[in-house]
Amino acid sequence: MIYLDNASTTEPSENVKNAVVDAMNNFGNPSSMHRLGINAENIIKKAQGNIANIISSNPGNIFFTSGGTESNNTAILGYCRQNKKRGMHIITTTVEHPSVLAPFKMLENEGFIVTYLKTDNFGLIDLNEFEEALTNDTIFVSVMAVNNEIGTIMPIDKLKPIMKKKAPKAVLHVDAVQAYGKIPIKVKQWGIDMLSASGHKIHAIKGTGILYIADNINIFPLLNGGGQQKNIRSGTENVVGIAAFSKASEDVLKYNKDYVGQLRDYLKNGIEKNIDRIKINESKKETQAEHILNISFLGLRSEILLHSLEMHEIYVSTGSACSTNKPMPSHVLTSIGCSRDEIDSAIRFSLSENLSFDDMDAVVEALKKEVYNIRKYVRK
Amino acid sequence: MKEIILVKYGEIILKGGNRPKFEKLLMDNIRNAVRNIDNIKMNIAQATIYITPQNDDKIDLICERLSLVFGIVSVTKAGVCEKDMEAIRTGALEYCKNALMPGKKFKVEAKRADKHFPLTSVEISMDVGGYLDDKIEGLVCDVHNPEVTVKIEIRDYAAYIYCEQNKLSGQGGMPIGTGSKATLLLSGGIDSPVAGHMIAKRGVEIDAVNFFSFPYTSERAKEKVIDLASILAKYTSKINLYIVPFTEIQLAIRDNCPEEHMTLIMRRFMMKISERIAKQNKAMALITGESVGQVASQTLAALNVTNSVVSIPVLRPLIGMDKKEIVERSREIDTFNTSILPYEDCCTVFTPKHPTTNPKLVNIEKSEAKLDVEELIEKALAGIETITVYPKM
Repeated sequence: MIYLDNASTTEPSENVKNAVVDAMNNFGNPSSMHRLGINAENIIKKAQGNIANIISSNPGNIFFTSGGTESNNTAILGYCRQNKKRGMHIITTTVEHPSVLAPFKMLENEGFIVTYLKTDNFGLIDLNEFEEALTNDTIFVSVMAVNNEIGTIMPIDKLKPIMKKKAPKAVLHVDAVQAYGKIPIKVKQWGIDMLSASGHKIHAIKGTGILYIADNINIFPLLNGGGQQKNIRSGTENVVGIAAFSKASEDVLKYNKDYVGQLRDYLKNGIEKNIDRIKINESKKETQAEHILNISFLGLRSEILLHSLEMHEIYVSTGSACSTNKPMPSHVLTSIGCSRDEIDSAIRFSLSENLSFDDMDAVVEALKKEVYNIRKYVRK
Repeated sequence: MKEIILVKYGEIILKGGNRPKFEKLLMDNIRNAVRNIDNIKMNIAQATIYITPQNDDKIDLICERLSLVFGIVSVTKAGVCEKDMEAIRTGALEYCKNALMPGKKFKVEAKRADKHFPLTSVEISMDVGGYLDDKIEGLVCDVHNPEVTVKIEIRDYAAYIYCEQNKLSGQGGMPIGTGSKATLLLSGGIDSPVAGHMIAKRGVEIDAVNFFSFPYTSERAKEKVIDLASILAKYTSKINLYIVPFTEIQLAIRDNCPEEHMTLIMRRFMMKISERIAKQNKAMALITGESVGQVASQTLAALNVTNSVVSIPVLRPLIGMDKKEIVERSREIDTFNTSILPYEDCCTVFTPKHPTTNPKLVNIEKSEAKLDVEELIEKALAGIETITVYPKM
């Protein structure tokens, strides 16, 4: 099996599996007064430390959620609804994940004014345009750190200084689900007020995310109840998932981005050399994440190529969820100026360190054969 | 108060000599439909099936399942009491008091099947109605526009009391098994499950055939077809689904035949293969979801071309229906939301740009002659995957 869908989810590592079993043995409720509860609470404290280490924050500012979607919803809805008296203007980009765009849409329906920043062909927002969009009424900005479809690294370190100048009231939220552990993140230094991440993108397990919330940020909680996690997120903590996230965060410190970058270059060159009529959908060298490679194989429909690769036990994802019955072209590829043909034929290869150069050779071989076959048979 | 289920059935009452056989089939189907829930007791009298659950907690679940069994017109929970006016009065109060809230407009409707009972239907209604009016403050008697109708049936062995509003409508139709078997061409779309339901409703047992074109259609598309079959199986108890590998045939057509004939030749293969499967499994007809003029392959000229390769009857229950009507039906039978899931089905990938709408049989046959039809069919039949699909509850 050659798994090239790591931006969707990753295989849990052996370390993580062991951590999960250990945590299941420490089954106490972290809120219990007795020793079992304290043991469970200690797992959480340790996790906060490991996670804070990755994003250069204090452990006490890490809150656990059910995943990236809940973190994004909590940050966006929780903050804006709580602070709408301070202003009704909020900003995001056209290339965000649906779990950011959907809550923005909700807020728009509730009367907020939303500015959607467009991107250039490299998937980057224009900082001048950003500056112009900010007003005295702006209270919230959400920009993703790494794009999930094409891997653009946004200039999130440059946003807060501009905001301080033009919209001193505004806070900054960063969706770092694809960035966490893969690129350096310094929440304090960069002035990030809230940041979302998810465990299962870094070889932990599904069902656990985090939201970093800086001090002095007021949030209206989405879930209410027993008051766990300083009343930001009620509900008994998912200790097993948190233990997995914790272990995976320790391990991701050793993430070898140079190696993953070499794999990406190797695969890209192999495809460029062997297959004609392709278009690589990517950012500039210096703003491109190593683990994502998006390529359009013009003249075919990506879903068919995906299933053909499946026969070789090669697993990829389509650049967009698109088929004849659901004509919804990818908003990201649209935003970077792709044509309909380029969007319909886009495949996303997302890499991990578990892959080898031999794997990349096998992928190129399979692509050569299958792209040829499909182009022969299927009319666009 | 003891509670049972009254099942009323429709059309089979009209049957003559076959009636006992059909009633037995219906009772078998009922037992089968609830076998995972409860071991029920059943008896039949006066065109009604009386069902006594072993486990009272399951009574609502049983009613829900029975409302999907073909041949049943209505399903009602009912309280049982002695055929004695005092018992009937107090029984009606006890059994219907939750529905008879103050301010509600109500009436009592009695039916005296046992003519030996001393009071007439009207007398019983008036008696019980007066009693309820006395006992529950603020109740309004309104025989024309009641919100609650208390029904009382005096039958041979007991009196039965229920609220008309709690009665579930059944599917109607005929019990499965009264009408032998047919083979349904089941795609992933909206139409074919509806067609299957309509024919099954007439008492026909259903097998299903699906044509699978991996990698041009995905595993998910196959899962979707299995899901659709399992929804249909709620009505028919189970369905044998035959998944036919179809990629090779499609590629052969693509390589050798004119593009505008592609769909029709494909459909002819589907019909032929389905007929073989039907014959192997003693099914006597095919069922398709075709409707005149809906797409290029469903014009009358096209239907002639695809129909001419089979000798058994092809049932097309949707033939005169509009898409809108079909969609309504698919919502009613609960297949719509599964049908519209966005996975490619085998028809959509290989569609030509300009399919012919007025094909001539000789031309299609000439195109088709370029293929080794028999060999392709044999190979497809040899690769069939058979799945027995059970109800999805």
